[in-house]
Amino acid sequence: MSTLSFLLEKEFRQLLRNKQLLRTLLIAPVIQLILLPLAADYSVKNISIAVVDNDHSTFSRKLIAKITASGHFKLTGYTASYNEALSLVEQDKADLALQIPVDFEKGLVRENSQKLYVAIDAIEGTKANLGGAYLSSIVKDFNEDIRVNWQSAPAMAGGATGPQNLNERSSNEGPSSMVSGKGATFQTSTVSGDDAPQISVASSNWYNPFMNFKLYMVPAILVTLVTAMAAMQSAFNIVQEKESGTIEQINVTPIKKHIFIIGKLIPFLVLGIVIFTIGLGVGKLFYGVTPVGNLAVLYASLIVYLFAMLGLGLLISTYSGTQQQAMSLSFFFINIFNMMSGVFSSVDSMPGWAQAIVETFPPSHFIKIMRMVVLKGSGFGDIGYHLAAMALIGLFLNTWAVLNYRKTS
Amino acid sequence: MSWPGTLNVKPINMKQLLIFIRKEFLHVFRDRKTLLMLFGLPIAQIVLFGFALSNEIKDSKIVVADYSKDAVTRQIINKIASSKYFDLEQSLQSATQLETAFKKGTIKMAVIFPENFGNDLIHTGKATIQVIADASDPNLATTITNYITQIITDYNAQLGNNSGQPLQIVPEVQMLYNPELRGAPNFVPGVMALVLMLVCTMMTSVAIVKEKELGTMEILLVSPFKTIYIIIAKLAPNLIISVINLFIILILSSVFLDLPVKGSVLLLVFDSILFILTSLSIGLLLSISAKTQQAAMMGSLMGMMLPTMLLTGFLFPIENMPLAMQWLSNIVPSRWYFIIIKKVMLKGLGFSSVWKETLILSGMCLLLFAISLRRFKIRLQ
Amino acid sequence: MQPVITTEKLTKRFGHFIAANELTFEVGKGEIFGFLGANGAGKTTAMRMLCGLLTPTSGKASIAGFDVYTQTEKIKRRIGYMSQKFSLYDDLTVAENIRFYGGIYGMATRQIKDKTTELLQELQLQNEAKTLVRELPLGWKQKLSFSVSIVHGPDIVFLDEPTGGVDPVTRRQFWDLIYHAADKGVTVFVTTHYMDEAEYCNRVSIMVDGVIAALDSPANLKQQFGSDSMEDVFYELARNAKRKAD
Repeated sequence: MSTLSFLLEKEFRQLLRNKQLLRTLLIAPVIQLILLPLAADYSVKNISIAVVDNDHSTFSRKLIAKITASGHFKLTGYTASYNEALSLVEQDKADLALQIPVDFEKGLVRENSQKLYVAIDAIEGTKANLGGAYLSSIVKDFNEDIRVNWQSAPAMAGGATGPQNLNERSSNEGPSSMVSGKGATFQTSTVSGDDAPQISVASSNWYNPFMNFKLYMVPAILVTLVTAMAAMQSAFNIVQEKESGTIEQINVTPIKKHIFIIGKLIPFLVLGIVIFTIGLGVGKLFYGVTPVGNLAVLYASLIVYLFAMLGLGLLISTYSGTQQQAMSLSFFFINIFNMMSGVFSSVDSMPGWAQAIVETFPPSHFIKIMRMVVLKGSGFGDIGYHLAAMALIGLFLNTWAVLNYRKTS
Repeated sequence: MSWPGTLNVKPINMKQLLIFIRKEFLHVFRDRKTLLMLFGLPIAQIVLFGFALSNEIKDSKIVVADYSKDAVTRQIINKIASSKYFDLEQSLQSATQLETAFKKGTIKMAVIFPENFGNDLIHTGKATIQVIADASDPNLATTITNYITQIITDYNAQLGNNSGQPLQIVPEVQMLYNPELRGAPNFVPGVMALVLMLVCTMMTSVAIVKEKELGTMEILLVSPFKTIYIIIAKLAPNLIISVINLFIILILSSVFLDLPVKGSVLLLVFDSILFILTSLSIGLLLSISAKTQQAAMMGSLMGMMLPTMLLTGFLFPIENMPLAMQWLSNIVPSRWYFIIIKKVMLKGLGFSSVWKETLILSGMCLLLFAISLRRFKIRLQ
Repeated sequence: MQPVITTEKLTKRFGHFIAANELTFEVGKGEIFGFLGANGAGKTTAMRMLCGLLTPTSGKASIAGFDVYTQTEKIKRRIGYMSQKFSLYDDLTVAENIRFYGGIYGMATRQIKDKTTELLQELQLQNEAKTLVRELPLGWKQKLSFSVSIVHGPDIVFLDEPTGGVDPVTRRQFWDLIYHAADKGVTVFVTTHYMDEAEYCNRVSIMVDGVIAALDSPANLKQQFGSDSMEDVFYELARNAKRKAD
């Protein structure tokens, strides 16, 4: 048997014998994968809105009814003054405040145009964006309704499809569309009046026709779990040997540096693959996330990714003398990866310099790959760039780690 | 002669306690790498996240297929191209190209003008543009579809204006507190809560367990030092470091991120110290059951990071979560702290608006401290 | 006799601090060579240079005929090492530890098996073959550590303060193992601060403040210093030492 096999035999023996660690490493991800996606729902529902109706007309009442019937908004305040509505926003009791001015209905007919006043709590950008979008859409449709009725035109298929346009399900697409990778929902958003030419927009949503956030989040969350394990554990493991003195014993033997390092990487590679597989199973069982693409593509990417992340863990261990230091350093990186790699916020929204930095993070590439393969069925050719990026970074990190690791000080 | 009453052991005075605290400080400050993390992490995070994270959606890469190529389509395409929301990537020739582009992840949306678009519009008064969005990220798809629809609506209005469209309702929208939709106002308070909490819990639990492992803890317990003084001394360095971090974060935010403390700094610091003490108590609690440093670390990380990130409310809106989780979030201290920061720092509100959250936080702090103190004593006696 | 260890003005500096200062000596094959000195005197530094764990700042040294600067990997094949911490894997069994260390020195499976049986018999640990090292009493761990360090039949074995923390009887048993190995031709280089152990060595060198203050057989040294015990010899040499224990 070669030196490497003896090394691997020892590593696996130690790993399998450490029941407490195994439990943490295998069970924790499962629990997190089950709980996190439940909470990680970015879809914006139940936006709370405070309304001030200074008009009390048919129009204003209809508008308010339309808003509350839309399903996106929750009326949490019906105040007498705009200031009161604003203070509700201040107190976090409303996300939006809408003021319908005095003589809204009369003014609209007489002067042909009227304004509505909207204030949005913009601290949380997504909510603000979507809240504004939904409200605009409702107002626009309401506008169309009035116009249509006002002109007493022959009844047309209503533009009253309303804001549901944005998220509607279609009737003819089912599970088969998931398999083919595309789902399509077709809606039209406006219907033309009689006098002016009107362009309508037929929009469809591919790859995630039900706008299911879980499909988007679960793959990314799985990546974060595997990441944490890979980087931290590998760093820890080696530092533990440093602290207990067994590493000195290894340094005194003729074992070559790179053999020792490979001997350390392989068990964690296997562990990473196991955790990933369990994660995929959990994702399928609990959230119905079935990869559209080829599993081979996923696993190949996983291996390249683990190669890079374990390299990072290795590198950290060469710079750490104590477990506490290894912990501090890996925590530093893991936190930054978690926040910036596109799990919880979009990389594309970042300024150029930040995007450049993120390009050097292996997790950001793997998350993209995961989402592409799981949701769209992308193949090797499509993810080539990301795969190469990870491989390159991995090579860099591992080489650095090997060079840094000294058997002789 | 009475024994042991005559043993002349003086009660512990401040000087001795200070000496103890000083030793604890030396431990921490001599470990350069851990120090790097302790200070570097909050700084790096605030700066990075403050500048980099944003919810604004612009420059989305899209692709256009113009099968009609007339004056109308050119006008509309120009409008789209000049919009800050979109980055026109290329023009497509075929449907397969489209699929590949989506699968490569290079574009987020495709806009397709069918043949005879302009002609249809003029002659029948109706024409349809097809828009296909990559709905992997549902929110993105919704938002950019909305942007395109708005552009078309504007264009329609232009057409309409030429024939006099009646009854225009114009919403006038004002964005409050954060008009440019920067990510910083949302993320910085959240990161503050997260980092303070995690650093305090992890560092405290690992430090105490380390002494247990080394065996020096026994020596301390055998000394005349009362347990509570030992605990105070252990918590002191982390408390001071966290307060320093707090100030660094606040200064960075106001100087670099244009996010000054609108309300009372005193109130903010007071509540922050409450929160820090709460986190330290949690760390203390964790250190009691953990046998090894690794277990302490993993416990803090897996046990605290997850609930903190999930249930604080800065990454995901709490109201979206299943009821059980919403209920659970009530017992997570960082959730209340997050609300306080937002109200005091971003909205400039005073004590009257945060008294409820402050009360809750104080209650948690006292409770946790009392529990951990008691369990600490029990464990070691 | 051909010396297996030769050093000439071997020096190690850490910045301004000279841990080991121009050490010059020779050790012959099969010799039990004791390296004595107070804590902080430089013993461990010297040993680590000879093992290939530390690069010397200046001077020459050759182990088993190989140069310590350029041929460290070759040296490592011919030596064994036992550190102060006994460096066995706590979470592996006795047999598994033997198998591992035998394997990474390139021993064949058959050889390892035979050696394991032999070793267990010698140490009377046959019943503990499947016991985790963590559960062994200190004395047994020590003896096992030593045996593992020579499992691959090295020419020289380096022992760094191997008998810390055990009672005199166990220490005596340990030294029996050392004699046994030396009889078989293994050169033993051992550092210790137990002066009575000095009596067990063929020759002894005493380091004070990084320098070799004396080097001879215990008998000669006692005569030289007019003392009855090695302890007195050591006291004579070390009492003016500038470097105290670390």
